[in-house]
Amino acid sequence: MLKTFSLGGVHPAENKFSAGKKIEVLPIPEQVSVPIAQHIGAPSEPVVKKGDEVKVGQLIAKSTGFVSANIHSPVSGKVFKIDDVLDASGYKRKAIIIKVEGDEWNEDIDRSDDLKTDITLSGEEIVKKVGESGIVGLGGATFPAQVKLSVPPGKTCDVLILNAVECEPYLTADHQLMMEKGEEIMIGTEILMKALKVTKAIIGIENNKPDAIAHMSELAQKHEGITVESLKVQYPQGGEKQLIDACIKRQIPSGKLPIEVGAVVQNVGTTFAVYEAIQKNKPLFERVVTVTGKSIEKPSNFMARVGTPVSNLIEAAGGLPEDTGKVIGGGPMMGKALSSIDVPITKGSSGILIMPEKIATRKPVQNCIRCSKCVSVCPMGLSPYLLMTVSDKAVWDRAEEEKIMDCIECGSCSYTCPSSRPLLDYIRLGKGKVGQIMRSRTK
Amino acid sequence: MNTLTISPSPHVHSGDSVKKNMYGVVIALLPALAASLYYFGLGALIVTLAAVLSCVFFEWAIQKFLLKTEASILDGSAALTGLLLAFNMPTNLPIWIIIIGSLVAIGIGKMSFGGLGNNIFNPALVGRVFLLISFPVQMTLWPEPGKNMTAYLDATTGATPLSVMKEGLANGETVSALMDKIPSITELFYGNMGGSAGEVAAVALIIGLIYMLIRKIITWHIPVTVIGTIAVFTGILHLVNPELYAGPLFHLLTGGVMLGAIFMATDYVTSPMSNKGMVIFGIGIGIITVVIRVFGAYPEGVSFAIIIMNGFVPLIDKYIKPKRFGEVAKTTKA
Repeated sequence: MLKTFSLGGVHPAENKFSAGKKIEVLPIPEQVSVPIAQHIGAPSEPVVKKGDEVKVGQLIAKSTGFVSANIHSPVSGKVFKIDDVLDASGYKRKAIIIKVEGDEWNEDIDRSDDLKTDITLSGEEIVKKVGESGIVGLGGATFPAQVKLSVPPGKTCDVLILNAVECEPYLTADHQLMMEKGEEIMIGTEILMKALKVTKAIIGIENNKPDAIAHMSELAQKHEGITVESLKVQYPQGGEKQLIDACIKRQIPSGKLPIEVGAVVQNVGTTFAVYEAIQKNKPLFERVVTVTGKSIEKPSNFMARVGTPVSNLIEAAGGLPEDTGKVIGGGPMMGKALSSIDVPITKGSSGILIMPEKIATRKPVQNCIRCSKCVSVCPMGLSPYLLMTVSDKAVWDRAEEEKIMDCIECGSCSYTCPSSRPLLDYIRLGKGKVGQIMRSRTK
Repeated sequence: MNTLTISPSPHVHSGDSVKKNMYGVVIALLPALAASLYYFGLGALIVTLAAVLSCVFFEWAIQKFLLKTEASILDGSAALTGLLLAFNMPTNLPIWIIIIGSLVAIGIGKMSFGGLGNNIFNPALVGRVFLLISFPVQMTLWPEPGKNMTAYLDATTGATPLSVMKEGLANGETVSALMDKIPSITELFYGNMGGSAGEVAAVALIIGLIYMLIRKIITWHIPVTVIGTIAVFTGILHLVNPELYAGPLFHLLTGGVMLGAIFMATDYVTSPMSNKGMVIFGIGIGIITVVIRVFGAYPEGVSFAIIIMNGFVPLIDKYIKPKRFGEVAKTTKA
């Protein structure tokens, strides 16, 4: 029996159309807009002004706190303006807009393809460098990577878990990255192990990617302490809590972080970025983005610069299909519907999913028939039907009692509901409200 | 350029629907319907059609003329209630009684609570119990299997194994003597006995259960705990005094245990939401059924047991929560 997490879960149609498609380098756009808030935490502070000349990899906005991240220029050219632009969140937020001229990189970035295996930096230096390089969780959560690498005093970490699950349907960015940059990911893993002072790392891959499991297992034999765990396909296995449970059978208590059970999780894409930052001196300004969908002409995996308009990626994949009804930033289960295809991709953009019109809208909502399917699929063991009711009726103390804050917003409940009830919509509303109440209490 | 739809995630749906589940249960009931037609012939056909049509009609009429809401009869739930009601009635029941039962089932059992999803008690059982109390004679005249293929109201009737056992024991006869007066266990398993239209053939009902488990319409928790509890409880009694208490197989294969455990107790709306809750619910049904059968005045107690436990569901859901993620870690540490 393959391992998986203990509670709930669903198995949506995988639809990995872009699997096996080589990562293509996307042409640099004429102009990029780089949002200053593209990670969890405090927005960064721009350090360039209108008219400044920038090079690829140059710091353009600096971190403003412990939970924040540096941002580097993805292109070379001239800062056109710093202005509010529509981003993937649907709001207008501050971004640095750069007109591209040529492709001139910072001299200290090693642009060669040579594999650098010697890790010369110390653990502390690695954590510092990861922070300076603006690396955030590339699985989509965009949590600053150095925060997770800084084990708080009194806690110990004994295992690093690499998230290579890619449990979202359609997406293949991590899969393809493993196939093409497996060696680099191994070195990246060793770097992270050194930073965390652990001797054990587990790479969790779902068994719908047998080629990646075989490839990574073979590579892992040459690296002491790194093993590959083949996992049963089950959404949301890429959730940090679910992945730790699946790999090492430890459950994080309610409201706590992975370090509570001695584990740190990093995405494989993040690990590759760590390799590039430490060994090649290359900060994070480009990433692999899957562009896919049922009616898209050429489902692809692109290496794209941060700040590139989504429309450029869609164009490169054959253009926006006639029947497009929805464009999603990310996967179908947790991604965000975009209001425009002119928004830029960010560090957290794992994919662009084009949905045909006929599946873009929801079915009419019916009465709850108490079938209990939402309860049985909830990976956190919550009662979504009840959380929806208490959120609807604004019974916030009851919502808190029922652990509404434990919800990881995976969407399994809404996905499953035979009555097509918008369970997660109401739970999000409740979480926002309960979170507010809890914060005001601690003040 | 196209206008883009904006909505929060998730952006995909399993495709499951109320309709699929309801018709799934109807399909699971088809083997039992076939068995019913095989044993009771014309009567089974008339009773089933009358109950299904009148339930669907009453739901439609109440929604259209009283509630003035959109009709939801196509979701299959009214047809399912009708089918289950029919399965809980003898096949020689006059149509006018069936119509009254359907009106009570749909009107009082379901729509008065607010329609699908809001009723506390299983509508088909509300209708059935109402009829049993109001028309005790007609509701306990059981056509004999295999002898009434073209008969309806004029069907020849006989005793059910449960009533033979109940009356015999009351008259001081022993279980072993009484077991000779009823069909063999194998015959009971295939359903060759008097009883309600759809309850007799255990084999057909079990096929339906397997189908529903495979299609994931229901989980094993309720049927297995109901059947298990009845088996254990009657097994203990039988071991204590085999001449006073009939064995577990007799109890499981007679009356409405299989129909109740597989199709009535598992009704989504009127059963608990968590697996643990379902287990408690099932155990409760099992215990009450045996208590009524063995110590009560009625020979059969499944319907009452389910309705009583339906009443406990809100309480069960309030106190019995699903196992939360991370709870195990906490308790093992403490």
